[in-house]
Amino acid sequence: MMSRLSAVTFNTFREAVRDRVLYNLILFVLLLLAITPLFGQISIGLERIILINVGLSAMSLFGIVIAILVGIGLVSREIEKKTLYTILSRPVRRWEFITGKYCGLVMTLTVNAVMMATGFYLALLITGHGWQAADARLLVAIYFIILQFFIMTAITLLFSAFTTPVFSAIFAFSLFVIGSFSEDLRNFAALTQGLTKWLVTATAYLVPNFSSLNVISQAAHDVPVDGRLIAFNTLYAVFYSMAAIAASIVIFERRNLK
Amino acid sequence: MKRLRPIVWQFLLLAICLAGATLALRSVDRVRGRQATLQDVLYIRSGKTLKRASLGYSGLLADIYWTRAVQYFGSGHVRHETRFDLLYPLLDITTDLDPHLIVAYEFGSIFLSQAKPAGAGQPEQAAALVEKGIRENPKYWRLYFTLGYIHYFDRKDYKAAAMAFQKGSEVPGAQPWMRSMAASMAVHAGEPELAAAIWRHIYESTEDEGIRQNAVQHLQALQIDQEIAELQRRVDLYRQKTGQAPYGWQSLIQAGLLRGVPRDPTNKPYILDTQGKVRTKDPVPFVTQARDRKE
Repeated sequence: MMSRLSAVTFNTFREAVRDRVLYNLILFVLLLLAITPLFGQISIGLERIILINVGLSAMSLFGIVIAILVGIGLVSREIEKKTLYTILSRPVRRWEFITGKYCGLVMTLTVNAVMMATGFYLALLITGHGWQAADARLLVAIYFIILQFFIMTAITLLFSAFTTPVFSAIFAFSLFVIGSFSEDLRNFAALTQGLTKWLVTATAYLVPNFSSLNVISQAAHDVPVDGRLIAFNTLYAVFYSMAAIAASIVIFERRNLK
Repeated sequence: MKRLRPIVWQFLLLAICLAGATLALRSVDRVRGRQATLQDVLYIRSGKTLKRASLGYSGLLADIYWTRAVQYFGSGHVRHETRFDLLYPLLDITTDLDPHLIVAYEFGSIFLSQAKPAGAGQPEQAAALVEKGIRENPKYWRLYFTLGYIHYFDRKDYKAAAMAFQKGSEVPGAQPWMRSMAASMAVHAGEPELAAAIWRHIYESTEDEGIRQNAVQHLQALQIDQEIAELQRRVDLYRQKTGQAPYGWQSLIQAGLLRGVPRDPTNKPYILDTQGKVRTKDPVPFVTQARDRKE
């Protein structure tokens, strides 16, 4: 089982890395980091804060765009090229295919995040004229960004399992926007009563919560992140991603591929 | 050579088209006027709405708004504009988006509070901005210093200034001179020595070159104000003694009222005009004595 899973994972990784869109986006992020010192010049007193905000926001946004753009084609492209039939005719189960695809894309995004983080730290080193102890705390924000990728990839894969790439992209991006407002949904639920309260609360827990995974502003002001938040966010990202993958498997297992 | 020709033509065409587009756009800008490139418009005035719309990237948006505020004030300042209607809304939005962006409170309030033409001449809004900063960052004692500075110099409310310094001195980690500053406010409010002490603290507590330069200019202006007052007193003394106006500094030196030609802090000689009035050789910012002379 593990060898089949890893075969799908590494093939997905290889395929994603060959994708030219991926390289363009990384190049764009690196360029963005290069122009950040210039951005600091036209503002006053916050070159470092701007660098952290621009760098981490770009890392997060472009990672999410990559997750959506690559994720939407994970299943549909295999069907379109008829390669899915070749894979499934071998002793590879459908759930192994979905899980392998997920792991492959997460691996790609993690490698990308590491590359972007390297560029980001390099820019910090150049503009900050040396290494500061506060720079290490930024790793928490980068880790949370990777957790965002975990969830976003699982969501994209879920939509990719039953609809066309265009609709997958629309649904996934919409869910990202709704997920960024999930805390507002909970606040709204607190103001309602009865069935409405129950429904809104259920929706608030059903949609992904991206706001708690965004600590970029906190990192920019060197505010330490609570250890418990790191632990619970990790658990949340793992459970939510697993739930979305499980839903993808349920749909894909029942999908008629003829 | 024959194979290169189409490429040369293509590049030439590209260059001509780009140049044409640039020239056309410049003409469009000229027709539309200043509004074409610098619109003094805020499409969304609510920081809270913008924060929600930022999808969690409010820090990045705050940086953009702060840069916009700096550019808005800076470009207006360069053009010698006297109205900065959007400055406070821009700073308010910036600090709504990121309530911990200390520079926006510290620098923004200085832009707002300083009298025209150096600033926007809106000390009330400046004080409101710093008070908001204190509510959001109660442990940051320097904001109390900024508030005290605004009350003292721009609002001339010495009681409020003393209270701001006093409250700031109670914040853990505050510099001990904050307490003595609060005490001095009660006794020496309005005196140049106290103003000089505040500017010296500003100079020593910042690493920003712009703020340091500003503090140096204010310290020089205070020194010039005092020196001009003293020189004017000696000129008047000469008049009383001789019954006539002095003919340049030499008259005062010969009368034993001066040892040599007096020089300002920038090492330029003071000017004694034909009407017996003392002034600096070149205009110096923030000098009130010279301004009085003009008026």
